[in-house]
Amino acid sequence: MSNLSSDLWQPISLTLQLASLTTLILLLLSTPLAYWLARSHWRGKDVIAAFIAIPLVLPPTVLGFYLLIALGPNGPGGLIAALWGARTLAFSFPGLVIGSVLFSMPFVVQPIRNAFEAMGDRPLEVAATLRASPWRAFWTIAIPLARPGFLTGAILGFAHTIGEFGVVLMIGGNIPGQTKVLSVAIYDYVETSQWTQANVLALGMVIFSFLVIFSMMKIEKRMGRLSS
Amino acid sequence: MSQNDLKSMKLIQGRFKASYGSFQLNAEFEAPAHGITAIFGPSGSGKTSLLRAIAGLNRIKEGFFRLGDEIWQDHDHFRPVHHRPLGYVFQEASLFAHLSIKANLLYGAPKLQAQHAIGFDEIVHLLGIGDLLDRAPHHLSGGERQRIAIGRSLLSQPKILLMDEPLSALDRQSKDEILPFLERLHESLSLPVLYVSHDMSEIERLADHLILMKKGCVHASGPLNELQSNLELPFFASSDAAVSLDAIVQSHNAADGMTQLSVAGGEFLVPSAFAHNGEHRRLRILAGDVSLAREQPGPSTIVNILRAKILSAQATGDYQMTAVLGLGEDGLGARLLTRVTRRSWTLLDLAPGQIVYAQVKGVALVGRNNQSTRNER
Repeated sequence: MSNLSSDLWQPISLTLQLASLTTLILLLLSTPLAYWLARSHWRGKDVIAAFIAIPLVLPPTVLGFYLLIALGPNGPGGLIAALWGARTLAFSFPGLVIGSVLFSMPFVVQPIRNAFEAMGDRPLEVAATLRASPWRAFWTIAIPLARPGFLTGAILGFAHTIGEFGVVLMIGGNIPGQTKVLSVAIYDYVETSQWTQANVLALGMVIFSFLVIFSMMKIEKRMGRLSS
Repeated sequence: MSQNDLKSMKLIQGRFKASYGSFQLNAEFEAPAHGITAIFGPSGSGKTSLLRAIAGLNRIKEGFFRLGDEIWQDHDHFRPVHHRPLGYVFQEASLFAHLSIKANLLYGAPKLQAQHAIGFDEIVHLLGIGDLLDRAPHHLSGGERQRIAIGRSLLSQPKILLMDEPLSALDRQSKDEILPFLERLHESLSLPVLYVSHDMSEIERLADHLILMKKGCVHASGPLNELQSNLELPFFASSDAAVSLDAIVQSHNAADGMTQLSVAGGEFLVPSAFAHNGEHRRLRILAGDVSLAREQPGPSTIVNILRAKILSAQATGDYQMTAVLGLGEDGLGARLLTRVTRRSWTLLDLAPGQIVYAQVKGVALVGRNNQSTRNER
């Protein structure tokens, strides 16, 4: 039984690490990106927005395929990996992080962008007339007012990263402790007829997903109350 | 420093040229750097665009603005909004929802308390917002929110206050609640105010100077009283044509509740609950409330009968004449408007240049009395 739990624990822990790191990176990247998308009047921004949103409709295996090439020894990923003497970023944890960031990005950018758009120009205009520099207005007005968007984005990004399968399988493979995340582990257990293990993980995922959706609904309810 | 430079130091000057789709803003104006200057015009005449341009919220390339000796923008320079020492009150209060009332008020206040020309306590007292400080913005009424917004802009220590129809989003009651504060502001702070409005009654009550906008251009500008009595402008012919006069209380008789006030070239006796000698009050006199007599009328219930000279006259409507009167036999005093039937005009053989008796049936004391109301209680 102890063997069973340690076997189960490894993919869970790895998945949580991956999701946390991915969410953190996504928040850092998405905030300026979403702010720019919400405030810019540049016409080309829709092209950028569409690019970010591609993973929403693209089969994960397609994204995984291109990532595999990009991360591999002949792609830019190989060049980066060479910095620490590795040959490739594919089939590694950093590779998974890169893949997850790209794959989950629309789920984080969109809610934050919506929150920035919903607040409109007015609060920032008011701040400017109160002598606040754009930098100060961003931190003291825009960010706090967009807080529900950040919360939604973070939860969606985290949950989506935990649930991804196709991209991971394509670029990560199935290396225990390095790239064998939950979804892959479940698949693996089923393949090898280890139904109990598969069941435990699957049920855990169901409960987790329920909690995510439930807390999202709570947040949205509170958001609606605040804005009214 | 030349005479001209000295003069421009006390002026607000602006010139803005821009096009927004089909709308062209091409406004050039000059106003005194003190008192309340109203920017008036129908909706779509460019009032708000002009105000936003002055604030720098709309960045206009072909723009020039100076406040006294400070140039905020010209052909080569553009000071961003947050470097312009202004206060801006938007139509909606736009309080920061995530901050407390107190944090809202202090958001733009300089960190060093000592040098504040406009102090926190002073503003709280002036706007009567002491009880609101600990509440959250969404628990306030519309009028309360707008008062906080005004206080917030004043505490940023502006050199000019820009107000974009600050009352138009409010109901009658909230308006009546805020107008006295604006008047008090006018009295206690020596801060020039540019006040956008399309409501003539607000302007008659508050404004000293008027900029009249029409289709993106400045149609006319000057002291309020002068524009009200200008034959060329729409005020003159409107059905509720009136003049606003700034008067000084000479005496007050508590027994009969009458206050004597002086304006240039004449005096008025007006019922008023209380008044202090030397106090400034504003009178509003409708053209329709002033009738004319060629000779000194006999005893009458009309208490205000003043000597005046007809300066100019014009037919308005089908059967009426509207005339501008200058108070005093020389006609050099304050201006009044009078509206009489064309029949009477002809019967009495009235004409510009004549000295007449103006019988003023109604004089309204509008605003400018709240300081005293408070002192009295």
